Amino acid sequence: MSIDANAKYAASHEYARLEGGIVVVGISDHAQAELGDIVFVELPAVGKTIAAGKTFGTVESVKAASDLYMPVSGTIVAVNESLQGDPALVNREPHAGGWMLKVQPSSLAEMDALMSAADYAKTVGEA
Amino acid sequence: MNLIQEPLAFELSSPGLVGCALPASDVPAAELPAGLARESLALPELDELTVVRHFTRLSQKNYSIDTNFYPLGSCTMKYNPKANEAAASAAGWRGAHPLAGDALTQGSLELICRLQASLAEIGGFAAVSLQPAAGAHGEFSGVLMIRDYLRAKGQTQRTTILIPDSAHGTNPASCTMAGFVTKTIPSGRDGNIDLKALAEALDDTVAGIMITNPNTVGLFERHITKIARMVHEAGGLVYGDGANMNALTGVFKPGKSGIDVMHFNLHKTFSTPHGGGGPGAGMVGAVKELAPYLPGPIAVRKGGKYALAMPEKSIGKVKAFYGNFGVLVRAYAYLRMEGADGLRRIAENSVLNANYLRARLEKAYPLKYKKGCMHEFVAMGDIAPGIHTLDIAKRLIDYGFHPPTIYFPLIVPEALMIEPTETEGKRQLDAFADALLAIAEEARTKPELLHAAPSTTPVGRLDEVAAARCPVLCYRG
Amino acid sequence: MPFIPNSDADRRAMLDVIGKESVEALFADIPASRRFPELKLPAGLSEYEVLKEVEAMAAKNLDAGKAAWFLGAGAYNHFIPALVPAIASRGEFLTAYTPYQPEVSQGTLQAIFEYQSMAAELLGVAVVNASHYDVATALAEGILMAWKLDEDRRRILLPADMHPEYKDVVRTYFSSFEVEIVEYEGAPETAPLDGRAACLVAGYPTFSGEVRALEAAAAAAHAAGALLIVQADPIMCALLKSPGAQGADIVVAEGQSLGNPMNFGGPYLGMMGATEKLMRKMPGRIVGEAKDHDGRRGFVLTLTAREQHIRREKAVSNICSNQGLSMLQSCIYMAAMGSGGMRAVARLCHDKAHYTAARIAEIPGYKVKTGSFFKEFLVETPVPAAAIYDRLAKKRIVPGLPLSRIDAARPDELLVCVTEVNTKAEIDALARALKEVSL
Repeated sequence: MSIDANAKYAASHEYARLEGGIVVVGISDHAQAELGDIVFVELPAVGKTIAAGKTFGTVESVKAASDLYMPVSGTIVAVNESLQGDPALVNREPHAGGWMLKVQPSSLAEMDALMSAADYAKTVGEA
Repeated sequence: MNLIQEPLAFELSSPGLVGCALPASDVPAAELPAGLARESLALPELDELTVVRHFTRLSQKNYSIDTNFYPLGSCTMKYNPKANEAAASAAGWRGAHPLAGDALTQGSLELICRLQASLAEIGGFAAVSLQPAAGAHGEFSGVLMIRDYLRAKGQTQRTTILIPDSAHGTNPASCTMAGFVTKTIPSGRDGNIDLKALAEALDDTVAGIMITNPNTVGLFERHITKIARMVHEAGGLVYGDGANMNALTGVFKPGKSGIDVMHFNLHKTFSTPHGGGGPGAGMVGAVKELAPYLPGPIAVRKGGKYALAMPEKSIGKVKAFYGNFGVLVRAYAYLRMEGADGLRRIAENSVLNANYLRARLEKAYPLKYKKGCMHEFVAMGDIAPGIHTLDIAKRLIDYGFHPPTIYFPLIVPEALMIEPTETEGKRQLDAFADALLAIAEEARTKPELLHAAPSTTPVGRLDEVAAARCPVLCYRG
Repeated sequence: MPFIPNSDADRRAMLDVIGKESVEALFADIPASRRFPELKLPAGLSEYEVLKEVEAMAAKNLDAGKAAWFLGAGAYNHFIPALVPAIASRGEFLTAYTPYQPEVSQGTLQAIFEYQSMAAELLGVAVVNASHYDVATALAEGILMAWKLDEDRRRILLPADMHPEYKDVVRTYFSSFEVEIVEYEGAPETAPLDGRAACLVAGYPTFSGEVRALEAAAAAAHAAGALLIVQADPIMCALLKSPGAQGADIVVAEGQSLGNPMNFGGPYLGMMGATEKLMRKMPGRIVGEAKDHDGRRGFVLTLTAREQHIRREKAVSNICSNQGLSMLQSCIYMAAMGSGGMRAVARLCHDKAHYTAARIAEIPGYKVKTGSFFKEFLVETPVPAAAIYDRLAKKRIVPGLPLSRIDAARPDELLVCVTEVNTKAEIDALARALKEVSL
């Protein structure tokens, strides 16, 4: 199980990683493993502004569907189009090619409310 | 089973063939609406025998009650008597038009009226509507009735419906469609509703609770009258999900025991065929206070004639016309054959059969709830290292049995939910138990047999992940 | 009792294994005061007695096959080839469960896939689901799907000229939500469309039988950002351009016409199809193609993450069971008819309806009100239509639906339906009887 030391995590298993003022959002390795083979990812339109804690999309496996929650408030500046053709990217490399959103954050202070990688690792029993 | 791959009807097509001759036209041709003539229609073109053979061969790729034991929990796959089909095929039913008027449809109205009365008596309800086309449709209707009853009382702040964690997914989905939010009530260690959690959840935002009884782990809610009293005292109503009514016919009347509104699945308890997915019928019954809200119309008898009438404060129509009428005829025929005595025998034998299987299997397949069950019970399938319920289910197919319901209810990990019904006898139950015990032995000694199962079917385990990632939902020439 | 195989000896042996002294003891969890109540129902009857009783009841209905039948209005008297019920009633189809275990359900699954494929071709859509209870509920759920795409669009545009029962069902389905159902008159493209509209619903044809091209309606709906939902006659779609080909986003249809008897209103077949874009938003079961580990083609229930058993309170619909057998009948019907047969049935309906309309229009006092129609049209009558119905029914001619049955303000209108089963002789007899009754 991999944890991205550069990211912060929400209790609902999304990660948020700051890269040059933009927040990259996806789901954790733990979350993808729990879901199993992902068959579909539904993502919002670019340009939409969504508040922290609100749903931004859904992720589906054969036997489950989970809502995805914004770890920080902000405006969607990009979504990962590759996931339409290859949703398994989320299974294979959740922190890299399986990213979901790039968000222009409304307030970077919201990052502080998220768990550190180390704390998240503890909550999912990886530490 | 027919193991030979059958082409799609489209792949058997030869241009110009027709499988049914039609009368020649005896009137002049008329001009089609301007600009709307359709150019091509790419349906299969087949002769009659090819059609008959094609679908007959397809039928041979199914398990069915007529060919195999089907111990599907919560589905009540009992025998569907052939007399039901004979009863439903009368020309007077098939050729009856729903808008022909009361005078020309007295037979249909009489049957609806009689069936309403019988089901009301079985459930202990003041009135019944046969409008809902399915169990979930009955739930939706019943929850709307609760909504309108509370609205009439000015209780519009009651926006929450409580649902036990063992409930079918249709329960919360029906509540959403009726504009309610749902709150989950946990089950206690004994598999029944946790009364303390219920008491804590009851406040003046609660519209009611949906209870399946016996619940989906096969246990009767022992405190049903107390639960109903608690909910009523808090100002809410009690909805009964009758999916498991097969355990209670002639044994317990929900409408006399605190249940305000309830649906029965005629395709479960009253032996109408499942048809590979439907049609079902989900009659809804109500106590006196709620009866005026039933979906309509319902059939009534006035001055020796039958007629249709809308209940006084009806939630309205939930489908066109009058329910799945053909299914109602089958249920009526079944009820007449069983009668009062037969109905109690149904419940007794279904409960006896389930307890017998439970007793024979509990050493090999652990139970989460150890006590005696009603018409079904839930075992667990992770009985050996690397073996999952899915493997047990698929291996059962190789022994000629349809698998039980698996991975439901969600509160039991690796659930194997087994409901034999009353129409199986000891000999059949023993054969099934023997197969499951043999599989338990294989799970320890030859697990590869389970992982590779089934091996006796037209196809092996299918790649459902690839099918969902890149869906192919239609023939693409 | 013939349906219970356990003998008394079996029951005793089983109780011994369970460790209980009696069957009654298995019901100890049920409060004693409420256990085994009296059932005020008659004792069971033999199969022979029951069939006699049921057949006697059925005989109190008028069977459309024994009359000259011109009543449609949502339930249509079409011919059903003998092979349709003969195959669909095979026990392997009739008594199978929902195909959750695909290895032992390939028959049902492949039949559904073939139904989806044929229905998609007929309606002109990319995807068709495995059916709803009837067209009224399919329509309500189609509208629900459209609204859920953007819940801020709270207006639903329904044609005033739509089957009143379908409108009632839509109202029931939306009675818990803050949406506005607006009825429009005339052509759908003239409906009040703007950014508030979730969808524009159009009949193809309308309740009174009017057939209108849909392209302008599709363009108008799409320009406003709304979906076009079309309720279609599936037989008509064999002869006229499909709704999908004209730009409809969602198409619903009553599949009863395709091989299912009228049966006093059910079970019927709610057909629903949509564009590929809406595929993952559709309610209901859907079957897809799959491969097993040896590369063999098979079929599975797919896209199940949309459904209530997984999504629970977040599901768009609570639908679980479908109209499996009605769908199977329609599948067999379409395969037996094929392209040629379907077009021939549609052509017969069309031509006979036009001949009937022409005969009725010749009678003084009668006027055909529907402009462009397929198999059903509205007639203005010189005397109340309900009286015509009663007098003609005595002669075993059922002339159509008197609209006063559904709207007291419309006493002089009769909705007449003609299908391939109506002969010229019957039509001429109808015309004579209508003339007599008006004199």
